[in-house]
Amino acid sequence: MAAGAIVALVAVPLVVVLLSWREPAGAVWAHLWRTQLAEIVGNTVLLAAGVGAGTLVVGTTLAWLVVSYQFPGRAIFEWALALPLAVPAYVIGFVFLGVFDYAGPVQSALRGWLGPGARLPELPSGLAVAIVMTLVFYPYVYLLARTAFREQGLATLEVARSLGRSRAQAFREVVLPMARPSLAAGASLAMMEAVADFGTVATFGHRTLTESIYRVWTGMFDRVAATQLASLLLLFALGLLALERALRRRRRFTQSQRRGPAAVPVRLRGLPAAGASAACGLVLGLGFVLPLVQLTAWALTGVRAGEFGRDFGHLLWSSFVLAGTAGALICAVALALAYAARLRPSAGVRFATQFACMGYALPGAVIAVGVLGPVAWLALTGSAVAVLYAYVVRFLAVGHQTIEASLAKIPTTFDEASHSLGVGTTATLRRVHLPLLRHGVLTAFILAWVETMKELPATLLLRPLGLKTLAIEVWERTSESLWVDASLPALAIVLVGLVPLYLTTRLSPGLLR
Amino acid sequence: MRLLVLLLIAAIAGGPLVPATVNASGEVVVYSSRHYGQEKAFEAFTNKTGIQLKLLNGDTGQLFERLKAEGDKTPADVLLTVDAGNLWNAARAGLLSPVDSAELKQNIPAHLRDPEHRWFGLTMRARTIMYNTKKVNPAQLSTYEALGDPRWKGRLCLRSSGNVYNQSLLATMIKRHGEAKTEEVARGWVANQPTIISGDTKVLEAIAAGQCDVGITNTYYLARLLAKDPNFPVAPFFPNQSTTGTHVNVSGAGVTAHAKNRANAIRFLEFLSSAEAQQMFAQTSQEYPANPKAEAHPTVKAWGSFKQDDINVASAGEFQAAATRLADRAGYK
Repeated sequence: MAAGAIVALVAVPLVVVLLSWREPAGAVWAHLWRTQLAEIVGNTVLLAAGVGAGTLVVGTTLAWLVVSYQFPGRAIFEWALALPLAVPAYVIGFVFLGVFDYAGPVQSALRGWLGPGARLPELPSGLAVAIVMTLVFYPYVYLLARTAFREQGLATLEVARSLGRSRAQAFREVVLPMARPSLAAGASLAMMEAVADFGTVATFGHRTLTESIYRVWTGMFDRVAATQLASLLLLFALGLLALERALRRRRRFTQSQRRGPAAVPVRLRGLPAAGASAACGLVLGLGFVLPLVQLTAWALTGVRAGEFGRDFGHLLWSSFVLAGTAGALICAVALALAYAARLRPSAGVRFATQFACMGYALPGAVIAVGVLGPVAWLALTGSAVAVLYAYVVRFLAVGHQTIEASLAKIPTTFDEASHSLGVGTTATLRRVHLPLLRHGVLTAFILAWVETMKELPATLLLRPLGLKTLAIEVWERTSESLWVDASLPALAIVLVGLVPLYLTTRLSPGLLR
Repeated sequence: MRLLVLLLIAAIAGGPLVPATVNASGEVVVYSSRHYGQEKAFEAFTNKTGIQLKLLNGDTGQLFERLKAEGDKTPADVLLTVDAGNLWNAARAGLLSPVDSAELKQNIPAHLRDPEHRWFGLTMRARTIMYNTKKVNPAQLSTYEALGDPRWKGRLCLRSSGNVYNQSLLATMIKRHGEAKTEEVARGWVANQPTIISGDTKVLEAIAAGQCDVGITNTYYLARLLAKDPNFPVAPFFPNQSTTGTHVNVSGAGVTAHAKNRANAIRFLEFLSSAEAQQMFAQTSQEYPANPKAEAHPTVKAWGSFKQDDINVASAGEFQAAATRLADRAGYK
């Protein structure tokens, strides 16, 4: 019952988005149809496909490398490859543009060496955006794939090898198919992030549905049509979730066996070893080190110019606490939903929880407006409740995917044994499941925390007077093109996000178990 | 798990979980989508009057939604935003109330404020042609329209048509010349295969680096770049001097429809329009003061005076949606 109430609460803003269809906005649709609808829908689907493919290739390859091979730097790469998750996509976007565009240092240096005609090939904006997003979203696939590969352990690989398969064949024919549900879960999170993103596509001038939503909203002041456009993203998310769920359902059967001993990594030498280190180094360099270095360089010029005189400690603290609270709330809600679905695994419950998770594919600004209605009705606008509510709606999927995957791995026989001993449902959750779910819940908490730290539009719209976060500070500066001023808070977001990421990957080797 | 619960409790105990009640001390709450250059003037107001200011920065479209949703319970007394089109839309949505103030009328020229007195321009922005001083002879420049001349093929940088400043430029053109003629202008620009860039500063940097030779931006972005590098090789050209005048826009403010501290809010606007406060705005942000009695920043003054398009800036709002559609039709991204 409680779970039903929670689903209803989380679903309200999404329903508000769908209700926008009651009001007519036909003129805008006709205009969009004539001018750009095909282009923006095509761009959005292509971007999602590109980011999906990119994160799958990068995330899976790197995870396979660190799990099954030994090469220089592996011990560091193993946890460090999760770090790009702490870099907001909008930050990496403006850093990349600053570094690589025509007026940036790289191309200026090229012209210095090779003459004024020298320039890097101009990437189509869609490709540039897909690359940038792949660089920051691949850790979703990486983390889930790494866990999946580890869980398969030695036994899987050995059986395949004993049947005469080479290591590469065993990977392709056995390991990869068995990891499919985890890979699909990671890629679908990355794809939902990609279609919901506004900052990066705006920076690169790439027209997607989200960009169009913004244009209709602010250029034509037609919020209704903008919300209707956003509902197309809901459809997209629904399709993704259904696909992922279909792939994942098989997991219960494939992975319920006991884990054998872990596979022993094969030591690589010579060229292959250098290649493996280089591949990890390149991805980490582009997705994390480069933005960090550029932000630091900007921040230093800013400090020298005396451009920071703000109450920085306060900003840090409010971001940290707000995101931490949201992380806890999201975990609690996700746990309740996942548990309800376990107790009562009907189609209705499954659909309801899936629907509640779809906020992840919507731009934060659209969610924020969906939240605004009910919150205003309760006279709670400008309260922390409103902001936290929006965070839960937006990021529930992050917590739910993780916790549900953990919960699914606990055999239902445990529940039955517990009940047969006369232990009630709540006590079973507390005494049997929670201890086993510890890693899953911790991971969900961290992921939700880091995500919330980066969140901008909902915070901007719903926050109480006087509450400011690092993300808002970054936005205020970049919206005035004050990149140098923006670099310090941007750097802080990355660094603060690192703390929980580092801790979990170090303390819990079986992250996302 | 206990950690989660503890955190939650800490947040509930310490966090501002209920909305702040409206302050009775006459404090003025400002919703602002303008985030730079006003701090000094705001401080001066508090020092002078003892009235405290409380600021909520936000994105224009979102602040409007928040104001609408809050209705008569809003704590906001003043809405401050950039672009006349945004102000016009706020007024049309009923978010602002008319203010009858002789001082405001006297300080702010008529074409920079709402004919129905619901909002007032506080700073003026000139949107000029910018050119690379090493590669372009300014004698070849004349009007916005003439940037469609084939001579600029592959040499033009433009901000995206999703940007409100370019929407307002096109909107005032529609007001003057009609949609058909304006669409021709936009098609002329597009025919020159412009590089579309996501910010005014980025456009200026692209011109300086030689990626393109000419572009259209607001002047204060150039002034800020010149402050960092006096040899930055870009200069403004004030277009349409022998025709309609250079397009100007404003950042401005109005008193909200449900202001709790209306009298103080009006005092605040009056103060911001005074020569004293206008000077502070102009010196920090390097925009043009809206009040002609205030002096512009030395860098800005050195560019000389120019003929402004004296059409009321409200027309930017009136034709903004039309301008957005027109840009889409013309293929201007």
